[in-house]
Amino acid sequence: MFALTEGVQVVLIIAGYLGLLVLLGLTSNHFFKGTSADYFVVSRSVGPILLLMSIFGTTMTGFAMVGSTGKAYTSGIGVYGLMASWSGLIHSAAFFLVGIRLWAYGKKYGYLTQCEFFRERFASPALGYWLFPVLVLLVIPYLLVGVIAAGKFVQATTAGAFPQWFSLPAIPGPDGTLRPNPLSGGVPYWLGAAVVCLIVLCYVFYGGLRGAVWANTFQTVVFMAAGLVAFWLVAERMGGLVEAGRRVAASAYGAPRLAREGLIGQAQFFSYFLVPLSVGMFPHLFQHWLTARSARSFRLTVVAHPIFIMLVWVPCILIGLWATAQLGPGTNPNAVLGRMVNQLVHSPILTGIVAAGVLAAIMSSLDSQFMCLGTMFTQDIVLRLVGPDRFNDRQKIRLARGFILGIVGVTYLLSLGLKDTAHVFDLGVWCFSGFAALFPLVFAALYWRRATAAGALASLAAAVVTWLILFYRDTAMGANKPPGEDELLIFGLMPVVFICAASTLALVVVSLVTRPPAPAVVDRFFPPQRPQAK
Amino acid sequence: MNPTHPPSRTTPGSRRWVIVLFLLLFVLHHDFWAWADRRLVLGFLPVGLFYHALFSLAAGGLWALANHYAWPDALERWADEPATGVRETAPAPAAAQSPAIPLRTH
Repeated sequence: MFALTEGVQVVLIIAGYLGLLVLLGLTSNHFFKGTSADYFVVSRSVGPILLLMSIFGTTMTGFAMVGSTGKAYTSGIGVYGLMASWSGLIHSAAFFLVGIRLWAYGKKYGYLTQCEFFRERFASPALGYWLFPVLVLLVIPYLLVGVIAAGKFVQATTAGAFPQWFSLPAIPGPDGTLRPNPLSGGVPYWLGAAVVCLIVLCYVFYGGLRGAVWANTFQTVVFMAAGLVAFWLVAERMGGLVEAGRRVAASAYGAPRLAREGLIGQAQFFSYFLVPLSVGMFPHLFQHWLTARSARSFRLTVVAHPIFIMLVWVPCILIGLWATAQLGPGTNPNAVLGRMVNQLVHSPILTGIVAAGVLAAIMSSLDSQFMCLGTMFTQDIVLRLVGPDRFNDRQKIRLARGFILGIVGVTYLLSLGLKDTAHVFDLGVWCFSGFAALFPLVFAALYWRRATAAGALASLAAAVVTWLILFYRDTAMGANKPPGEDELLIFGLMPVVFICAASTLALVVVSLVTRPPAPAVVDRFFPPQRPQAK
Repeated sequence: MNPTHPPSRTTPGSRRWVIVLFLLLFVLHHDFWAWADRRLVLGFLPVGLFYHALFSLAAGGLWALANHYAWPDALERWADEPATGVRETAPAPAAAQSPAIPLRTH
C-alpha cells in the first residue's frame, strides 16, 4: 500500500479529475441521437456559451499554459505580444471573417469537413484528396505539443510521489557533483502521456463531438480557474506581487526578460501576426464552427476570446518571468510551470487542482483534434472511395474511432522519441505556421471568385514544400542551440512570412493564368451581399 | 426553424469604420517605444506586458463594435433560408454528385 504522501494526494486529485471527464463522456452519450451528423457536429445545435467555451478550450492547449510559461522564462514578456495579443486580434478576425462564412456554407450544404467544402468550392475532388494528408501532417505536431506537454507536466508535478517505483538516477550539478534528480519518483512520462491519451479517447469514443464540447466547456472553466489559483499561490509564496517583481528585477537572468531588447527582434515581433491566422484552417476548429446553432452564436466568441486569452496568458507569462528569479537559468522550458508549482505550492490539494487545470487545457485541444481526424478520414477518404451508402451510421462511427486510435498510437510513439528534444512552444509555432500558410487558400475560397482549383492545388503544394524545407532547416540548426533559443529567423523574420508568401503567390499567379471557374460553381458560394428590396 | 433577424445596424460606412479601427489596432500592436523599458506598473507588471494586456481588452471592444456595425446580415439570412438538394450526412462520390445548384434567392 502507498502512504498518503503529498505526491500521492496530487495523483489522486488528478485521477479524480480524469474520472470526472470519463463520466462526462458517458453522460453525453445518453444524448446521442444515433446519427453520424450528431456524432460529428452535434446536430448543429450548440449555443453561444458552449461555442465560446469549446472554441476557446480547443484553441488554448499545452502551448498556452506550459509553452507560454516556458517561453516567458527563456524569452521574457515579449512572448505575450508575439502570441497572445496578436491572437486576440487575429483569431477573432478569423472567426468573424472565415468562421461565420464557413458555418453558413456548412449549414446550407451539409458539410462536415474542410475537404468537403474545398472540393465543392473548387469543383475538384483532387483538392480534397491532397488536402487530407496535409491537414493530418500538420495536426500531428499539434497533437505532439499536447501529449508532450501533458506527460512532462504530470511527471514534474508528481515528483516524489512514488520513490520506490519511479526513482531516477542522480544528475551532475553545475559544479560536477551529483545531485538528486528533481523529477525522481514522479509518474514517468510514458505513463502520464498514455493515461491522458486514453482518457481523451474514452470520452471522445463515447460522446463524439458532443462529449468533446461538454468536456471542453468544463475544462475551460477548470483551467481558467486553476491558472488564476496557480498565479495567486505562486505570487504569495514569492512574497507577494511586488516582491516577486522586485526579485526578477534584481536577478541577472530575469531582469533583461522584463523587456524585449536583445531577446526578440522588431521584425520577428511584427511577423508573428501571421501565426494566429492558422485558426482559419485548423480542421478541429472548422468542425466546432459547424456545431453552431446560428450565426449569432459566434457573437459572444469573437468578443470574449481576446479577453479570455488575456486572463489565461498574463498569469502564465508572469509565472514564467518569476521562474527566472526562483529557478535561475538552465531549467527545461517545458518543465518550468510544473517545477514552480511543485517547488512553491506545498498544498497537495491546490497543486492537484493546478495540475488538473493544466491537463484540462491540454486535453481540451486533444479531444477536438482526435475527433476531426476521425471525421475527415471517414468523410473524405473512406466514404469518397466506397460511396456514402456503403456503411450505416454505426459503421461510420466505428471507422472514425479506428482511425483515431491509429493516429493516437502513432502520436504517442513519436512523442516518446521527441519528448526530450522538442520544445512545446517552438513545435507549436511550426504547426501554426503550416496552418497559417493555408489561410490564403481559405480566404480566397471565401472572398475571391477568380480563385481556381489549379491555383488552390499550387498554393497547397507551395505551402507544403516551403514548410518542409524550412522545418528541416530549423530542426537541423536547432540541434546545437540551447533550449528555447533555437527559433529560426530569416532576415529577422519568422519563417511563416516566407511560407505564406509562397502559398499566396502560387495561388494568385496560377489562378490568373488558368481558366476562371464556372459561374454555376462559384455562385453557390457568393450569396448576395445585402437583401434586395422586393 | 427560421430565426427572426433584428433590424440591421450595418451600413457600408459603419463597416469601413470598423476596418479603420482594426487597422489602427494592428499598427498600435507594434509598441517599439517600450522595447527596452523594464519599468514595472503597480510594482509588478512589466510595462510591455501591461500595454499588451490593455491591447487584448481593446481587441475585445473592437469585435463588440464589429458585431453591431459590421455584422454579415445578408449571409446570416441566406444561411437560415432552407436550401434544396442539401445533404446532412455523407457526401456522394464525385461522379454521383448533383450538379451545382444556384442558390441566389433574392
